[in-house]
Amino acid sequence: MAAPALRERHAAPGPPPAPPGDGGRWEPSPSPAGRAPARGSAAVTGVWLLAGAVAILFVAFTSTLLVRRAEADWRAGPFPPAFWATTGVLLASSAAVERARARGRAGDLDGLRRGLWVATALGGAFLGGQVVAWGGLLAAGVGLATSAHASFLYLLTGAHALHVAGGVGALAYAGWRAHRALVAPSAMEAATPAAIYWHVVDGLWLYVLAVLFIL
Amino acid sequence: MEGTEGGLRDAQGRRIAPGAKVRSGELEGTVARVEPAYGVLTIITEAARAGKTERMVRASTVEVLEEAPQRPHHEPFIRRYIFSLDHKVIGIQYLFTSLFMALVGGVLAMLIRLQLGWPGVRWGLAAALFPGGFAGGQMKPDFYLAVVTMHGTIMVFFVLTTVLSGGFGNFLIPLQIGARDMAFPWMNMMSYWLLVPAIVVLLASFFVTGGAAGGGWTAYPPLSAIPAAAPGSGLGQTLWLVALAILIVALLFGSLNYITTILQLRTRGMSMMRLPLTIWGLFVTAVLMLLSFPVLFAAAIMLLFDRLGGTSFFVPAGVYVGGEVLSHAGGNPLLWQHLFWFLGHPEVYVLILPAMGMVSDIMATHGRKPVFGYQFMVGSIVAIGVLSFLVWAHHMYTSGMNPLVAMAFMTTTLAIAVPSAVKTFNWLATLWGARIQFTTSMLYAIGFVSLFVTGGLTGVFLAQPPVDIYMHDTFFVVAHFHFVMASAALFGVFAGIYHWFPKMFGRFMNERLGKIHFWLTFIGIYATFFPMHFAGFSGMMRRIYSTQVYAFLADLAPLNVFISVAAFGLGLAQLLFVYNFLYSLRRGPVADRNPWRATTLEWETPSPPPHGNFPDELPVVHRWAYDYSLPGAPDDFVPQTTPLRPAPVAGGQDAGGPQG
Repeated sequence: MAAPALRERHAAPGPPPAPPGDGGRWEPSPSPAGRAPARGSAAVTGVWLLAGAVAILFVAFTSTLLVRRAEADWRAGPFPPAFWATTGVLLASSAAVERARARGRAGDLDGLRRGLWVATALGGAFLGGQVVAWGGLLAAGVGLATSAHASFLYLLTGAHALHVAGGVGALAYAGWRAHRALVAPSAMEAATPAAIYWHVVDGLWLYVLAVLFIL
Repeated sequence: MEGTEGGLRDAQGRRIAPGAKVRSGELEGTVARVEPAYGVLTIITEAARAGKTERMVRASTVEVLEEAPQRPHHEPFIRRYIFSLDHKVIGIQYLFTSLFMALVGGVLAMLIRLQLGWPGVRWGLAAALFPGGFAGGQMKPDFYLAVVTMHGTIMVFFVLTTVLSGGFGNFLIPLQIGARDMAFPWMNMMSYWLLVPAIVVLLASFFVTGGAAGGGWTAYPPLSAIPAAAPGSGLGQTLWLVALAILIVALLFGSLNYITTILQLRTRGMSMMRLPLTIWGLFVTAVLMLLSFPVLFAAAIMLLFDRLGGTSFFVPAGVYVGGEVLSHAGGNPLLWQHLFWFLGHPEVYVLILPAMGMVSDIMATHGRKPVFGYQFMVGSIVAIGVLSFLVWAHHMYTSGMNPLVAMAFMTTTLAIAVPSAVKTFNWLATLWGARIQFTTSMLYAIGFVSLFVTGGLTGVFLAQPPVDIYMHDTFFVVAHFHFVMASAALFGVFAGIYHWFPKMFGRFMNERLGKIHFWLTFIGIYATFFPMHFAGFSGMMRRIYSTQVYAFLADLAPLNVFISVAAFGLGLAQLLFVYNFLYSLRRGPVADRNPWRATTLEWETPSPPPHGNFPDELPVVHRWAYDYSLPGAPDDFVPQTTPLRPAPVAGGQDAGGPQG
């Protein structure tokens, strides 16, 4: 029985859609257990988009800096020694996050939890260190409007610190999720995007230092 | 996990949920936590209750002895309508807020025309309504500049951006792609609830010392950077920058959501090239917002530092205010222009691309004909999006830039005419031979094309530096962008409201009133903005307070009276829309599921759609969005959910697909 078919226009290539039944992609499908739920990948997509927006923000700051530093009165200030310490803390926190993820991928939920809390604490320590570094600069007489370089230093490190504060919040949230999770893959749904964002702000710090002191 | 459809069930189909009494092998106890995605749960056994020991088991091993008591799904009013996570409620919140701001911006426009039509005249009533803005019955110059600045700011950022992306984007994206909600509902709620404080801060600036910002919607420094420069450069300008910064965060939350949702949550079968053009317009718009708004954010932060922290990002050395030289040195005001317009030009496409998409879909639905050249429509949306990042300096031809640079920007700007023309001709080809149903929505869609062409053609003039240097900052520019961006986008909004009102509220708007509204608006817009071209030719500056300042503008007085009368008519006509909208919310004829007999997914669910959008399973998509008047089909539209070949079904019943 050949029912005359409609003209097959604009049919998408590839296999026909599977029969409905798993509830679409609205929530992680009930089974199989091993498959990455769609919600996790949505969060990863969102984090990369956020990273793009953050990058544009710092590119805009940088373009202003490039124009400003071409002026005759541009004098770069000295490198605040406290930044050595905070840089080390931030790099260590990224390493802690990666170690936590490795534990999580191996199914070690406790290891994942520990690593996330260590990374969160290091992130908080970085922010404290930045405050100390700014205090040292102010004590040395380097204020916001002292020089163009100082203006950019406070602007860029301040904007970066705000993004780090968001990252500490994300790591703490991931830690809390890991605390409540029953299995490691469930905890990784929050840990993976938080870790990606954390590495982005970590890289951003190196970029800020390069723009301010190496360029 | 909230919202999980069905959740976990045991072999007998009983729900495994926290509170249920269950048995798993030797263990017997109460379910504590469940992770449906991974098929695991924890049980607290009676014996271990004192020690609160949870034992984790696989769901497949569990037998439910007693189901957990079902709590009725009832959200309190505040969660449902105020701090709602539902994209439809958030979309309607954005819509109402934007329409309120449109009224504010519209009143400001009337004030502008009051002043330009009859400069120097004393107004009793207006002076009584705005006591701070009038002195001796006459409008004060500072107030006029604040009104012009706030009209532009409100209409661009707080009306058209928010209603198109926030209103229609929120409401339509999940419905048209077949999703239950946005990818990040909480972030979506935050997006709206950041808009509200942004508006409060912006409107509060009218009431501070010196009044609202007066430096224009582009806020060029040094006028905007030095608080003492003018009354409108004071606290009002600071609040303007703060309001913009808050709004940008709100829009970033929104655009992150829109992009992720469209990329990740499309239902089965909804490939990117089966998306309705509305979604394509909103998608590229969200990408533009994500990549351009951070630049304005950076600029706004640096300008705030210049104003409040004494830095010199944008303020050069040797600026005198009140006879005293400022301590700023080394800044560059042109930098602001570059940063502003790097956002500013994509921003105008943020306003027009969603309207283009919606108009395409409305034309197909009310013309009962597929959109002509779907792939080219998609391609031109993407091309316009890409090119919009390469044209910003065409706003700066008079800034003293190298003519070679200006020529490069002229070339990229003229290149935008190509995808724009592709779209225009495709719309005309869609209308050609269509069975056009002249609904209000369709009239607005056709009117959109007219306004877009009128405004687009003057854009070709202004893209060329020699012409632009003459026309720059005149009413010719005002006429140009009011046609191509402002009015055209507004027509897209009206077309969308008349079209989707039945889906949003389950009732129709009044068609007769709608048509009267259309004709008054269409004629009103041409009568208001077309003569502005001539004022611009004659050299009338765009933000000038009074045509009586210069002798050569005196002859333009009758023209300006005509424009003002037309503008008041245009403004009054909008009251018809307000009445129709509010009346139809309660009293409009009830609309069924698919009143326009349209193909896209939002019409497959009740009007208004329930929480979760689709009552049962998510729809499965089998075809593109434009199968109108398909030869061989029993109806003149075939929904996207109809299979290409009806599948044989047990019992020989029709699978729902038309049997040609």
